[in-house]
Amino acid sequence: MYTTKVLQRRYIGLILPVLLIIIWEIASYIINNPFFLPRFDAVLAVLADPFRDRLGSGSLISNAIRSIQRVGLGFICAAVIAIPLGIMMGWSDRLYRFFDSTIQLLRPIPPLAWLPLALAWFKIGLTSVVFIISIGAFFPILLNTIDGIKNVRKTWLEVASTLGASERQLLLKVIIPGAAPLIWTGLRIGFGIAWMVLVAAEILPGTTSGLGYLIMYAYNFGQIELIVAGMMVIGIIGIAFDFLFQSVEKKKFAWRRLER
Amino acid sequence: MRLEIRNLSKIFVSEKGEQIEALSNINLTIDEQEFICIVGPSGCGKTTFLRIIGGLDVATSGTIQLNGQVITGPTPQMAMIFQEYSLFPWRTVIDNVAFGLELRGLPKEERYQIAKKYLDLVGLTGFAENFSYELSGGMRQRVAVARALAIEPKVILMDEPFGALDAQTRNRMQNELLQIWEKAKKTIIFVTHSVDEAVFLGDRVIALTKRPAKIKEIVPVIHCRPRDRTCSEFVSIRKHVLELIAEESSGT
Ligand SMILES: Nc1ncnc2c1ncn2[C@@H]1O[C@H](COP(=O)(O)OP(=O)(O)OP(=O)(O)O)[C@@H](O)[C@H]1O
Ligand SMILES: [Mg+2]
Repeated sequence: MYTTKVLQRRYIGLILPVLLIIIWEIASYIINNPFFLPRFDAVLAVLADPFRDRLGSGSLISNAIRSIQRVGLGFICAAVIAIPLGIMMGWSDRLYRFFDSTIQLLRPIPPLAWLPLALAWFKIGLTSVVFIISIGAFFPILLNTIDGIKNVRKTWLEVASTLGASERQLLLKVIIPGAAPLIWTGLRIGFGIAWMVLVAAEILPGTTSGLGYLIMYAYNFGQIELIVAGMMVIGIIGIAFDFLFQSVEKKKFAWRRLER
Repeated sequence: MRLEIRNLSKIFVSEKGEQIEALSNINLTIDEQEFICIVGPSGCGKTTFLRIIGGLDVATSGTIQLNGQVITGPTPQMAMIFQEYSLFPWRTVIDNVAFGLELRGLPKEERYQIAKKYLDLVGLTGFAENFSYELSGGMRQRVAVARALAIEPKVILMDEPFGALDAQTRNRMQNELLQIWEKAKKTIIFVTHSVDEAVFLGDRVIALTKRPAKIKEIVPVIHCRPRDRTCSEFVSIRKHVLELIAEESSGT
């Protein structure tokens, strides 16, 4: 009884994807036009050979690596600025008010709207891509960090100061660990957005490699199966990173969920 | 360590700008190793009183002196145990207890040794590696007590620490606290809603008036320890304190 329930829970999420693949396979068979909808097994064949050079633009793997490098670089730049700034803004009301208006003004601008300016400033190349990825990741990290710091329980701070904590110790031993789960959530969301921004940025003019570039390039050659395979790789990498962030969250910040 | 409280008054200014007088001219001298219990009607200013003693709030006028030294902010000579849960949930029990020692820069081995001693004292020997969410309410409050004791404060301030516990756990905690107090030789100032608890624990029970709090009466409990809740002396002191509170709660 027990095991069947667990099995049901675990596999219920697989039903729909399997169904969709079956419908896809049937539809592609009926439509019978690989330039509109490729066969599922044609896509699988592309995925099964990830090291093969595609259209002279590198393999799925090499382009994925390029994309991950870019996103990693942009993400790290964003985090390195957003976390300290968020800690300062969460800590000091004056700094918060000083920066907040500017942040509210910049936040609604979609990261991709920065692309033309980035191209004008940094020319085509790594710097401009990394720049707009950073902008995508920056705001969720910043806002979650501020939130985390502001929501550190006052009692924790008071306990620490009656036990003799200096300001520095309050920051390092109470405020940052107390805010860490939310900072981590910010990083996770920021990474997700960075990944989306990256792929979109690679599709737009200015890059000549990466998964976004590859699928756009494939379009010019009518290789729909390569487009779909590329999309799948993009999705899988996104899920994989999110899973990584979540598993760290489960391990390190379990207290936040479990605290009663 | 004598604690001298002189002409203590506190006026809060609310967000709207109105003044709320919480404490009015309180004078009290507390002797070394004394167990003081504070009772009074809800909202009269007990927490405020304790927080000012602990240096977490600033008095509007008056002074607190610890052995002649004026208190101006939190000091490790006094530890506060809060009514609400105050453990650091990201730390294990032992790292919570050792927190104050860590702040002082004691090496790990040394501070764990001390922390273990206090965990034994509060009867949580086997829980060093647990996290606070794995403990019951009473156990967490005992960890908070151990954490406060570990820095060897002269004075322990407790704000309704057992308020959230069921009657049975509460009784057990009261007895454990008395044992700790006798073993560790501390001055304790203990705020409580429960007159029974106050008379059971305190050397003196301070009854406060309704807001703004003044001292209404200081009731010495000479009844020897361990106390018997059923003996006539206990019952009559308890009745007396209950009457004091009732006067404050119903009167004009
Ligand atoms: N920071 C503050 N700003 C304004 N008013 C305050 C503040 N803190 C406390 N007060 C007011 O001071 C009075 C005393 O509050 P306090 O918390 O000391 O009461 P208490 O005796 O501990 O109450 P209880 O028994 O319910 O715990 C209350 O009327 C409260 O509204
Ligand atoms: Mg109170």
